This record gives sequence, structure tokens and C-alpha cells, in this order.
Amino acid sequence: MTEFFQLTLFGLSNGAILALAALGFVLIYKATGVINFAQGHFLLIGAYVFYAAMLVFGFHWSLAILVGVVVAIALGVLVERFVLRPMIGEDAIAVIMVTIGLSSMLGGGVQFFFGTSPKQTPKFLPSGSLELAGATIPYSRLAAIVIAAVVLTAFTLFFTRSRHGIAMRAVADDQQASLTIGISVRKVFAMAWALAAVTAVIGGILLADLTGVSANLAGFGLVVFPVVILGGLDSVPGTIVGGAIIGLLVQYSAGYIGNGFEQIVPFIVLIAILMVRPYGLFGQTRIERV
Amino acid sequence: MPATATGVHHRSYASELRLRHTRAEKARLVLVALLVLALPFLVTPYWLTIVNQIGIAIVGAVGLNILVGYTGQISLGQGGFLAVGAYSSAILHLRADLPVPVSIALAVLTTAVLGAFFGIPALRLKGLYLAIATLASQEVILFTVRTWDAVTGGTDAISLPRLEMAGFVFRKDFHWYWIIAAFAVLAVITGRNLFRTGLGRSFMAVRDQDIAASAIGIDVTKTKVLAFAISSAYAGLAGALTAHYTGIVTWERFTLDVSVLYLAIIIVGGLGSIAGSVYGAIFMITLPALITRFGQDIQSVWSDAAAKVPAVQVVVFGLVIVLFLIFEPRGLNRIWQRMKDYIRFWPFRY
Repeated sequence: MTEFFQLTLFGLSNGAILALAALGFVLIYKATGVINFAQGHFLLIGAYVFYAAMLVFGFHWSLAILVGVVVAIALGVLVERFVLRPMIGEDAIAVIMVTIGLSSMLGGGVQFFFGTSPKQTPKFLPSGSLELAGATIPYSRLAAIVIAAVVLTAFTLFFTRSRHGIAMRAVADDQQASLTIGISVRKVFAMAWALAAVTAVIGGILLADLTGVSANLAGFGLVVFPVVILGGLDSVPGTIVGGAIIGLLVQYSAGYIGNGFEQIVPFIVLIAILMVRPYGLFGQTRIERV
Repeated sequence: MPATATGVHHRSYASELRLRHTRAEKARLVLVALLVLALPFLVTPYWLTIVNQIGIAIVGAVGLNILVGYTGQISLGQGGFLAVGAYSSAILHLRADLPVPVSIALAVLTTAVLGAFFGIPALRLKGLYLAIATLASQEVILFTVRTWDAVTGGTDAISLPRLEMAGFVFRKDFHWYWIIAAFAVLAVITGRNLFRTGLGRSFMAVRDQDIAASAIGIDVTKTKVLAFAISSAYAGLAGALTAHYTGIVTWERFTLDVSVLYLAIIIVGGLGSIAGSVYGAIFMITLPALITRFGQDIQSVWSDAAAKVPAVQVVVFGLVIVLFLIFEPRGLNRIWQRMKDYIRFWPFRY
């Protein structure tokens, strides 16, 4: 029971970060119809910018987060303008490969400046742990869940309450109709990429605090696919449910089955979902069937 | 072609189906053949290893282009299929004591069957969704390789003895060049001719419009599964060749990066073009080698250069993909055609 409790909590905190990364993914897909294979590398950039701001430039952690967010917005806008906009109207393969190429550039850039050895950032999440029902729960994990929950709620509110959020939903629904009522589709695209990068950077900073900074963080981006497919590629609540399910499944299979099986569970779920219900749990059933 | 001719005109179906129409094309074929024969005598031992890698990459790239470029099914699983080819050939050779040619042939067959199996999601999924499904196949295959200790030896590398046939030991790159070149040429010829057959044409029909294809009587299900099987057969061959050429089989050689490399090869070379697969393989394999060389050259000026080479290779790799997709999505093959047209029509623009 203790182990179960512990695994559940670790699963939920991983799931919370997964949901954050997946949120960025969904934002981009919803607004622009692009699958961003570089989402994991946005996480990586976030973690390294945070690390550099704190250790190389000696900023306070709150300032470092601000720097991370600014860099993320710049990165998102630049990527949309110079890499993705020329791809409008191209085949799926071109769009996929351009984001893969982008991920390679980001990953290589990080490797160029910071090398391959893992780095340790000073912790800013509360240290220490809580004893509950025999399980040890680090405060940092709880904090990660809370932060992720706040960010996800903020985005849900943004989509339902703010003018910009509603404009984004309009563009996702029908680009031409949005143009006729005066929404700038270009601005919405840029905003989607910027926001996606910001969510990834927040996720990256949380991961940096929990697990340390290394090139392996980008691998987190691969686990995002099962999450978004499970939740539905265009659904914000889907990312939360998907993130939690995948996070828990990974922890349970690591704890009870072991033998590296946890690395593959998300992908088995992914294939199963794709075969049975390709639009996911909450996605719109718009997928083109063959 | 006489000076008055306005272009290539066909008076019979046979002439249209011919692969080479003009004298210039035939002359180029002879030049290429001579180059293939002379190459191992012209290059240094270091570049010969690169040439051999290019040869293997050509086999795999032709296979992937059949699937992605001609049939329009995006696959991120090429690395997995290469692994299947490499491991099955190595295991059949070592455990079942089969001679290498037989083990390679069986490996090709195994990979084709497995490729058809992992192609099943393609029957329901298209585009982005299919890409993600094949990504999952890649992960599942590599996980199986890593954990199925009894058969694959798990994460330990399998080492293979040097290839020996009829008492002759293929121990040098120079010897291997002839094997690899023969297979690369075979892959190009079969790939090129596949698209003169009904099957190859049905691949293209499925790519262009699958509903129209089924309306004119093409069995889309069968075509897609066959495309996966044929493409994987090439991948299996490339994998098996890698295994016996390098003498070491380890899962680390077949990660997602390899799948991405092969996709990059066919995009840079030209989707839906066999010649493009060759150009792409030459370009994408030579590029990192050139960067390594450049890093060594400037080491005297910048002492960190050699240490930074891997990072620069990764950045340049990504940059090449992005630049090609933005400025010439039809790849090197299209650039080459434009150059030929420019010379042919000179001094006119078209």
C-alpha cells in the first residue's frame, strides 16, 4: 500500500509535467495543425536557459524563470515566422521533418554550448519531504503538481474567457471565417507557438529541479506523443487526463513489473489507442480514416 | 538529339517506358558505371569506409523512398527495420550456422514479413497519425531487441566473425566495397524498375489519391501492406549488410536518430525519386565526415574544435533538413534536373 501510494504520487507529478509539455503540443496543433516534434527540445531549451541564467549569470531563481519565459516567447515567434510559415500548405511529411530538423538544431545548439554532461541546478522548489501513510513524499514533487495545475487552469481560463484565447479557438475551427471577422491568423499562429514554448519552458524548469539538467530531457518529448494521442490531439482537458494516465502507468509498471518495461508502456498504449480510437478520449472525431 | 527537335517525343508505348531516351543519358550511365568501378582505387582508406557507408545507406534509402516517396506512407520506423535485418542475419549466422548469403536472404525475408505487420496501422491511419504510430513501432522493436536476452543478447553487442566465402576472407574495406556496391546497384536497378510495373504504379496511385485508386480497381489494403513489406525488405538488406560489414551488432546503431537520418536522406535527395535516394545518401553521409575533417583542420586555430564537432554535426544536420524543406522541397534531384535543363536550353530560359 505504501509503495502504491508513493508510485501514485510520483506518477501524478510526472504526469503533471507531461501535461504541461502536452499542452504546448495541443496549442500548436489546435491553432496551426502542425505536429511539433521539437516540443521535447523546447523543454530542453527551457531547462538550459534557466540553468545558464542562474549559474552562469548568477540571477535569482525568480529572475531566471522570467528570462526563460522571455527566451521562450522569442524562440516560439521566430520559429513560427521563419521555419513553419514557409511550410503552410505543404505535405504532412514536410511539416513533420521540418520540426524534426528544428529539434536537431536546438539539441545540437545546447550540446555545443553546454556539452553533454548532466548539470545540477540549485533547487528552488521546497526541499524536505512529508511522511504520509508510510510513504515519503518530497515537497518538490507536490510543488510541481501544484504549479502544473495552476498553469493548466490558467490556460483553460484563457481559452474560455480571454479575447485572444477565443480568437485562437476560432482560428482552430475555421481560418477563413476568422479572417473575415477580423482576427489576424498570423498573430494567432505566432501566439500559439510562443505560448507553447512558454509551457514547455515551465515544464523544463520543473524537470530541471526534479531530475537535473541533461540532454536526456529531450526524450521527455517522445513520451508526450502517447499523452496527446490518448487525450486527443486538440483537447486541453485531454492533456491533463492523458498526462495523469501515462504518468501513473509508467510508475506502476516500473514499480510492479520492472525490467525496463516502463519505457515501452506508453508506446503500447499509443498504438492501441491509434488502432481503436485515433482521435483520443476527448479529441474531435475529425480524423481522416482510411 | 538534332538541333531542330523540340523535346522528347514518343511514338510507341515501348519507347515511353524506356528508362533512357537520349544519348546524353546513355553516356552518363557509362560514366557512372566507370566511376563505380574506379572509385575504390581513387580514394584514401578513410574515404573508402565512408563510401561503403554510403552504399549501405543507398540500399536503405531506396527502400524508404519506395514507402514514403512513392506510396506516401510516412515511416519513422526505418531504424527498427534495419535492426531486425541486422539482428536476424547475425543470429541466423551464429546460432543456426547458416552461411552468410543464406542468413542475409532470410533476414531480408524476416524483415519484409515484420514490416508488413508493422504496416497494419497504415490501413487505418494517414499522415501525422501514421508517423506517430510508426514511431511507436520503432520504440517497440528496439525495446524487444534490448530485453529479449535469450535471442538478441540484450544490450550487449553481438560480434560477428569476418565474412568468409569459398576460402576467401573479406577483411578489408576494399573487399567489402565490391559486395556493397553490387547490392547498392541492385537496389537502384530494382527500385527504378519497380515503378515500371503495375505494382509500382499502384503505389503511386495510392499516394496521389487513395480513393480514386480504389475506384479504378486497386486493392488499397494489399498495396499498402506490400509497400511496407518491400520497403522493409530493403531496410533488412541494409541492416544485414551493416551487421556483416562492421562485425558488430548493437541496438545503439538503430535508434530513432537513424530513422530520422534516412528520412532526411530521401528528403534532401528528393522524395519519389530513386536517383534522389542516391544523391541524398551521398550528401548526408559525406557531410558529417567533411565536418569532422574541417574540425581537425582548424584545431590549430581553435583548440576546442574537435570536441565541438559532434554538436556542430547535429546542428548542421538539422539546418540542412530545414533549409531544403524551405527552399527546395523536391531535393537534390530537382536541383540536378534544373541544371540539366539550363544547359540543354541555353541560351534560352525555357
